[in-house]
Amino acid sequence: MSRVWSVDVRVTPREGILDPAGETIRRALGNLGYEGVHSVRAGRLIRLEVEADGPEAAVASTEKMCEQLIANPIIEDYVVRVREG
Amino acid sequence: MEVGMKVGIVRFPGSNCDADVYRAVTDGLGERATYLWHKSTDLEGVDVVVLPGGFSYGDYLRAGAIARFSPIMGEVIDFARAGGLTLGICNGFQVLCEAHLLPGALVRNRNLRFRCHDVGLRVENAGTPFTSAYGEGDLLHIPIAHGEGQFVAEASTLDEIEAENRVVFRYVDRRGQATDAANPNGSARNIAGIVNAEGNILGLMPHPERHSLSVLGNTDGLAVFQSLLAAVSRGRDHPGDRRTDAAPPEAPEFAAGAVAGAGVSS
Repeated sequence: MSRVWSVDVRVTPREGILDPAGETIRRALGNLGYEGVHSVRAGRLIRLEVEADGPEAAVASTEKMCEQLIANPIIEDYVVRVREG
Repeated sequence: MEVGMKVGIVRFPGSNCDADVYRAVTDGLGERATYLWHKSTDLEGVDVVVLPGGFSYGDYLRAGAIARFSPIMGEVIDFARAGGLTLGICNGFQVLCEAHLLPGALVRNRNLRFRCHDVGLRVENAGTPFTSAYGEGDLLHIPIAHGEGQFVAEASTLDEIEAENRVVFRYVDRRGQATDAANPNGSARNIAGIVNAEGNILGLMPHPERHSLSVLGNTDGLAVFQSLLAAVSRGRDHPGDRRTDAAPPEAPEFAAGAVAGAGVSS
């Protein structure tokens, strides 16, 4: 039965890709006295409301969207998650 | 017989260097240019397609990511894959990478700042249809204006484009050295512009059109458009041979003035 699913896509810079935004946050945290922050990676969260027959179908169609548009696999990783059951 | 060339300049919502390219082609070269609206699916028989600089679709999601799916891009991709001369400047370079017509990607500048100033460029390959009016090793002053111009790619991809001599422009200092200090955005190996394997698609972050008229104070960039004109003329002489990494044309009528404003600037 088709219904609307709330789906989160978390997009982060790929391993090995320099992340200047994350690095700037890390330095700022150090300046504020937060010791021991070894790494910060800054990405983005994209929240979709997707109509699908089930959570698996919602994930599958969102992954297709990620491959085509939402993420650039050359520089970004992504994780797709359905928020509510 | 048809002579000269007609350059199609794609206008996306947010393009802002379209008129600069138009003037470089019309005023700088005396050739024809036309704007191609992003919703059109007709390239109007142009000889060259230019994806100009700007902030198409507000750079939302990633620079160039939305523009890459504009209606006209289907035609542009077919044109480029068939060997059509395609030039992407700044945002246009980002669109070409997003469309997978060129390898790699362009990400936030290393220092996170929007950089808007002249840079030193070295012509690494003068055998392309975009650079035949330059000499190999020529040093140019060309403006940049971007926040997301850091060229990144897998090390194996970088090795491949280097080995195939596909790095066309590199950021260099006044002495022509590709130093870290001369690299305005952190691009891998100081890469400022690359071509595809076939050599008919160029993407570069600097703006040659902004240094293409004497009234702009510098004409170092005009030879990019002169090179395209030579390539188009050659293509007419030798239809079917669009790959133009061969020697420069024998004696085109514009040759005398071609390098006058180009070449080394110091």
